[in-house]
Amino acid sequence: MVRRHIISLLMENEAGALSRVAGLFSARAYNIESLTVAPTEDATLSRMTIVTVGSEDIIEQITKQLNKLVDVIKVMDLTEGAHIERELMLVKVKAVGAGRDEMKRTSDIFRGRIIDVTEATYTIELTGAGSKLDAFLEAIDSASIIETVRTGASGIGRGERSLKV
Amino acid sequence: MYQNSGVLLVYRKAVHGDSRIAPFLFTWWQKGFLFFRTGIRKRPFYRDFLTKTGQNDYPLRSTNELIYCQFMEATGAEIVVRCLAEEGVEFVFGYPGGAVLNIYDEIFKQDKFKHVLVRHEQAAVHAADAYARSTGRVGVALVTSGPGVTNAVTGIATAYMDSVPIVVVTGQVPTPAIGLDAFQEVDTVGITRPCVKHNFLVKDVKDLAATMKKAFIIAATGRPGPVVVDVPKDVTAHITDFVYPDTVEMRSYNPVVKGHSGQLKRAVQMLLDAKRPMVYAGGGVVLGEAAEQLVELARLLGFPVTNTLMGLGGYPATDKQNLGMLGMHGTYEANMAMQHCDVLLAVGARFDDRVIGSPAHFAREQRSIIHVDVDPSSISKRVKVDVPIVGDVKNVLTDMLALLKQAKDRPDAGALNAWWAQIELWRSKNCLKYNKQSPIIKPQYVVEKLWEVTKGDAFITSDVGQHQMWAAQYYKFDKPRRWINSGGLGTMGVGLPYAMGVQLAHPEAQVACITGESSIQMCIQELSTCKQYRIPIKIVTLNNRYMGMVRQWQEFFYGSRYAESYMESLPDFVKLAEAYGHVGMRIDKPEDVEAALKEAFSPALKERLVFMDFQTDQTENVFPMVEGGKGLSEMILAEEL
Repeated sequence: MVRRHIISLLMENEAGALSRVAGLFSARAYNIESLTVAPTEDATLSRMTIVTVGSEDIIEQITKQLNKLVDVIKVMDLTEGAHIERELMLVKVKAVGAGRDEMKRTSDIFRGRIIDVTEATYTIELTGAGSKLDAFLEAIDSASIIETVRTGASGIGRGERSLKV
Repeated sequence: MYQNSGVLLVYRKAVHGDSRIAPFLFTWWQKGFLFFRTGIRKRPFYRDFLTKTGQNDYPLRSTNELIYCQFMEATGAEIVVRCLAEEGVEFVFGYPGGAVLNIYDEIFKQDKFKHVLVRHEQAAVHAADAYARSTGRVGVALVTSGPGVTNAVTGIATAYMDSVPIVVVTGQVPTPAIGLDAFQEVDTVGITRPCVKHNFLVKDVKDLAATMKKAFIIAATGRPGPVVVDVPKDVTAHITDFVYPDTVEMRSYNPVVKGHSGQLKRAVQMLLDAKRPMVYAGGGVVLGEAAEQLVELARLLGFPVTNTLMGLGGYPATDKQNLGMLGMHGTYEANMAMQHCDVLLAVGARFDDRVIGSPAHFAREQRSIIHVDVDPSSISKRVKVDVPIVGDVKNVLTDMLALLKQAKDRPDAGALNAWWAQIELWRSKNCLKYNKQSPIIKPQYVVEKLWEVTKGDAFITSDVGQHQMWAAQYYKFDKPRRWINSGGLGTMGVGLPYAMGVQLAHPEAQVACITGESSIQMCIQELSTCKQYRIPIKIVTLNNRYMGMVRQWQEFFYGSRYAESYMESLPDFVKLAEAYGHVGMRIDKPEDVEAALKEAFSPALKERLVFMDFQTDQTENVFPMVEGGKGLSEMILAEEL
């Protein structure tokens, strides 16, 4: 069964480490929906979150192939257990006339924050699971969207479940 | 790693009647990493020093006397060369160029290893690869930046596909020039990334020694593979303290060594319960030095064994329990037994497309599969397995043998006898028979005669194509590491440089390169290298004036439309060999084959390279054959055409 998986990994924070992972996905024709990466509290480590779609067999191969990369220290499929997923989106929207209040209200409903205001626009910051961000974009008038930027998902295990060296 | 450049390090002389210095300090002094001084610094750097060099487990004892020592300094180029010497490298196969001139200058000044100048960088990597395949040690190649690297890529990819441990040191433009499209610049780490086990760009000379150590460790351990170390020219000129560490810890790299004990027990029980068992042994048995354990296990259980192309020699070919090679050009009995067994023990093999054909067809028959491999990603990649065992093949087989010897049960003798009777029936098809009365030289005959003349004990390299399959089918390899060919990547042109690497590693051995007139031309320039280093290999060219395997597929699947597979305008190979200073022979008749081979391997020509150009049957095809995408048991046999 083809499912969406969130794979988290810790790797050496070295030049070219990202290209090894990205190259692996393209070379082996694995899907990649989003990929985020940044150093951790330990500057020698990078943590990467990859959202991918595939059958059980493919996901098993993906985790094995990731583990095989010499720079990769640990790999965890977050979707195998309870986890939290968050994504940040910034949306610049037209905010004029009656639509200006409406936009503010919709943003509030989705717990968005307006972080930049001009006479004609709002820039809204929104976090949540990807589906929530999608829902927000559907809730507002698509013609009012000037620009969107999304970080891709980050994830973490719930409770005691953790990924550390 | 060693940030205090030129720092004085102090060792406190131990009391308790022991006035020797720490053994590793002594060793390093002997190796020229350190020199000793007295009375210069008072502060003890000892503990700091030990931590930095990974020796922090060495106990610091109470002391009253101090010895000061200091690291020797070296340039990056010296460090590369001394690291290679420390690794016990015998041969570096390479080709100089601008970015590696500093390294070559250091090679000039040393006598620890021999540099072999090839005529094309591709051959340097192939020769290093063959050195590794035939000895089990890490092969080393050295090439310059830019075109040196791109030429080497074919060799690196070849080694990668067959999991061969090599270290390739590549020159790079100076660090300030990287990314500026400098002369002879390519993104070496980027270009080689998909075809190496790992690669490094060394930007700081202080990291160089530890990186070289890592490269050798990564290349040789776990599932072996090529490692590229890219060294910019300015780094080879920079100076730092030099010590070559005995080992380097890598938190992200810990290959599994021992098999899981629970899985081992399950596997052993499965083997004991088997009615129609089969052992399928791949290149991992050869690479993992597990041939001895494989033979013991198969003999203990009385099970049939098949070898993959890469696994030939892992189980003796002349042994009754060996069913020969399996796969696209495997024997009828091996492929049938593989398809119809009920318990399959796969060892160091990866169920690739040339071995089991269509996975869907393979899955039609019910069987339980035990898969032993050092690389977890090889398991359940193309075929689902029941008992995966990740671990070093030799360790796993040793543990399995111990469990089998303890076990009271033995496999059901009646069932095993019936299974063998079935196998013998398949074997009686004699699928490798060919026309021995032909007035034209049959390529199979040449290989059979070569086996006889060399008493089955030569190192055989091959190129890629029909001749490769005939070599695999008709030269019966009884020992591992004797069969050197490009199985995974299928690189035409490897045969001659492979033979060079093998012969240099084994100067007294008989080394033959079985090739075709098309493949041999892809690295023919190495005849010059063979002359320079007096490499007395014997080249057995099965010359059918065609890219034989291409021709065969065109005959079978493309209505005999031989598009561009005919080799026009071939050189006179006898004259060509002579032009390079070697011995050339042309053999046209079957009755001359044996005499030619005997002459080539005679004491009179022991020191000479002999190029034998056998004019073979143009229409001969390799049988049995499983068409690409078809099932393993859907073979085309010789008599069916």
